[in-house]
Amino acid sequence: MKTATAGLKAGPRVGPRVGRWPRFALRRAARLLASLWVLVTASFLMIHLVPGDPVRAALGPTAPADLVLAHKEELGLLDPLWQQYATFLGHLLQGDLGVSIASRLPVGEVIAQQLPATAELALLAFLLAVAVAVPVGVVMAVLTRRGRGRRAELAFTGANVVVSAIPDFLLGVGLVYLLAVQTHVFPVAGRAGPDSYVLPVLALAIGPAAVLSRIVRVEMLAVMEADYVRTARAKRLTPVRVHVVHALPNAVTATLTIGGLALSSLVAGTVLVENVFAWPGLGSSIVSSIVAKDYPLVQGTVLVYGVGVLLINTVVDVALALLDPRSAIGEA
Amino acid sequence: MRALRRPVGVTGVVLLALVLFAAAFGPVLWGERATAVDTANLLAGPSAEHWIGTDNLGRDLFARVLVAARLSILLALAATAIAMVLGLLLGAAPMLLGRRLGRLVTASVNVLVAFPGLLLVLFFAVVFGVGARGAALAVGLAGAPAFARLCHTLIAGVSERDYVAAARIAGVGRARMLRRHVLPNIAEPVIVYATMTAGAALLTFAGLSFLGLGVQAPDYDWGKLMQDGLNGIYVHPLAALGPGIAVVLAGLAFNLTGEAFAAGPRRTHVLPPAGPPSPATAPARNSVLSADDLRVTIPGPNGPIHAVRGVSFSVGDGEAVGVVGESGSGKSVTALAVAGLLEPPVRVQAGHLAVAGEDLLAPGAHRRLGTSLAVVFQDPMTSFNPAHRVGPQLAEVSRFHQGLGRRAAFARAVDRLRAVRIGDPERRARQYPFEFSGGMRQRAMIGMGLMGEPRLIVADEPTTALDVTVQRQVLELLADVRRDTGAALLLISHDVSVVTDVCDRVLVMYAGRVVEELPAKDLRALARHPYTRALVAAVPDMETDLDRPLAVIPGLPVDPVDVPAGCAFAPRCPLADDHCRTVAPPLRDGVACHKAGEAP
Repeated sequence: MKTATAGLKAGPRVGPRVGRWPRFALRRAARLLASLWVLVTASFLMIHLVPGDPVRAALGPTAPADLVLAHKEELGLLDPLWQQYATFLGHLLQGDLGVSIASRLPVGEVIAQQLPATAELALLAFLLAVAVAVPVGVVMAVLTRRGRGRRAELAFTGANVVVSAIPDFLLGVGLVYLLAVQTHVFPVAGRAGPDSYVLPVLALAIGPAAVLSRIVRVEMLAVMEADYVRTARAKRLTPVRVHVVHALPNAVTATLTIGGLALSSLVAGTVLVENVFAWPGLGSSIVSSIVAKDYPLVQGTVLVYGVGVLLINTVVDVALALLDPRSAIGEA
Repeated sequence: MRALRRPVGVTGVVLLALVLFAAAFGPVLWGERATAVDTANLLAGPSAEHWIGTDNLGRDLFARVLVAARLSILLALAATAIAMVLGLLLGAAPMLLGRRLGRLVTASVNVLVAFPGLLLVLFFAVVFGVGARGAALAVGLAGAPAFARLCHTLIAGVSERDYVAAARIAGVGRARMLRRHVLPNIAEPVIVYATMTAGAALLTFAGLSFLGLGVQAPDYDWGKLMQDGLNGIYVHPLAALGPGIAVVLAGLAFNLTGEAFAAGPRRTHVLPPAGPPSPATAPARNSVLSADDLRVTIPGPNGPIHAVRGVSFSVGDGEAVGVVGESGSGKSVTALAVAGLLEPPVRVQAGHLAVAGEDLLAPGAHRRLGTSLAVVFQDPMTSFNPAHRVGPQLAEVSRFHQGLGRRAAFARAVDRLRAVRIGDPERRARQYPFEFSGGMRQRAMIGMGLMGEPRLIVADEPTTALDVTVQRQVLELLADVRRDTGAALLLISHDVSVVTDVCDRVLVMYAGRVVEELPAKDLRALARHPYTRALVAAVPDMETDLDRPLAVIPGLPVDPVDVPAGCAFAPRCPLADDHCRTVAPPLRDGVACHKAGEAP
């Protein structure tokens, strides 16, 4: 530690070592590229891993043999595997995701049409979850620190376990029943006015909010025992200032890590919730295309979901490094 | 079985037993009812005969929910088993395949873990096709990366241990080592995690069948029943909500059981009601700190810990008082009590406790101490907030207590950093604590105390975490500060030589009591308590004979939960007799000992 700080004090580093930020960027970019390659290759192999003849399966047993052959030709399935892979990568670089078997529309176009609806849903739900979880977690941590407020703690953890055991689509069904069927407060399904967003966003946000608030509380409880919080108390600040200015920023790192995971699982969670609410997004289309064995469309959708998740992970890592410079150093 | 003593554990296990019972016997008991077609009662609502109604063929839905338990649970368990076996194999890869291949496997697992489970499930569902078997494979394979990550971490932890290293040196084969030495030691967390995975797999299956990608008609699990019920949610919602409730209950059963076993015992430590308060007394005159019969009690796992047991002392204006003692003697707790930094459930009682004219036992006195009391803590590495820059952390005192603006407060912080001899203070004030060395941080911490006009500095082992040359600088700085500001000092240390150098007067603490109080200059030669003498003798000096073993105090410090009735030092004291062991000596003429001054 002493030599590390001495090195920092000296300013420019000695020897051939590169600064910590370029190193961090390099490492992170390499990881992103490797993950992207795995994703792309997996989605390419998906169609080849399907047992039997995928095109025959897609078109049904009654489809004439020459039609099946024509489709295979079009999908390039008759070429050797390495050539197919090269063509796939080449088309991908040009943004060409192929043509849907069922609708004969370019897959890129179909996805571009549906992506905004899904992204909106995931982002709104994430913001809501964070906006609820952070204050709730902080307040619960303050109320229950050092074995105080046993009843509050029991109620909080109990409710938390139950809520996080309810899957988002079931929450959706329950919300539809309570707030749409019974009371007609919100529309049952579809995407129209602002009020049509309320139920799907709620259904998606409640679970992650429960998990996040639990993490915030645990992190806050740990941070509140730290020496520097005692220092802050020795400055005789108000409790609110001690908790919000001195404790909370140090609890953010872990919260953000889990928050990133929550966001990427939110992206996947949209699949189920969109089906409950007949939301015109990617989630509805991926399910119908899996059932219809529309492989190009499935391939494209999986790619888009995967890229979304990878981008979120990268953004979270960069944000973490900016918020907590030590994490970037530790990696480098 | 400790988990069963907690309500969460009991709830989980009872629920799990019910769910498993339904899975085992559901089809036998209610199978007939579940398939009996009743054309007179198609899509009926709840009634006495059909508790949650009937489906489109008039079959009883409640019976169908119970029967569906078997398929739902079996699929979840099958998927969990796949995930667990694959996860264990992948997690053990570094150990089985050697370093290079293992690292490759670990790297791929790390890439896969980044993708959410549902996305992997959908991917595998495409490969294996729609249906129950495909879904089980998909959920199992999708769960494997997370399981592998866990097993990898656990195995890495275990293989560091001595007995595994010993087995490796003894030439035990890899597979045998895994089976005999590693797996038994990671079994518990793996089983706990598997239980929770089963809960999650159950929910994922419900989701898949609900989407139409899982179980296909005429088979049915809970997800399929929900999917069938969703279309009729307007007319009778229980058809969709009933299987949903079953899913949640079963999921809860797995999760609660897992969590109860994972959490282990967690007892709450509560103090017994306080004894009678010490009679209120008045603070000593001309003192900046005055404490009478100070008692601090901390709740502990084996009963209340009496960390401080009736300590009375005062510190005069401008005086430097040292407190010495072994760890566990209560000296640091005394410092925290005096600084008003102990919070419930720790209990602080005293006849009076006054610091800089404020009664610390009264509520609301603390705020005014922000400028008149400075505290320096033991570990400078952790006492600064890592999330904020150093300058603003100092400036906060002036902004908060002295009403200074941001600029003026920052300027004062820079000035104070210069006063504690930190070079280039303008630049340093804009740095984060981790960019400071330990000694610099401790000086900055003293500078933080100087933001106000301290009348008393409480320093709790301020040099213990620093190396010797830096210790000297920090002590000199403290002396300079006292000379410049006239502040009094309460210095806590286990280091007798530090205290004799810096202080006017010394309190020696043992087992939560002051056992001797004397001028610092007399500590080496004129100490009368056997403990003080032993403490002094344990410090080597220039005349120590290096050929003889260094002096130590025999025996162990007293267990603060169970302090003996007589003199607490008696068990370790060469002079102790039966009187010492039964009657606690009071502090009289500066020493608490029946044998004060006697030669050993």
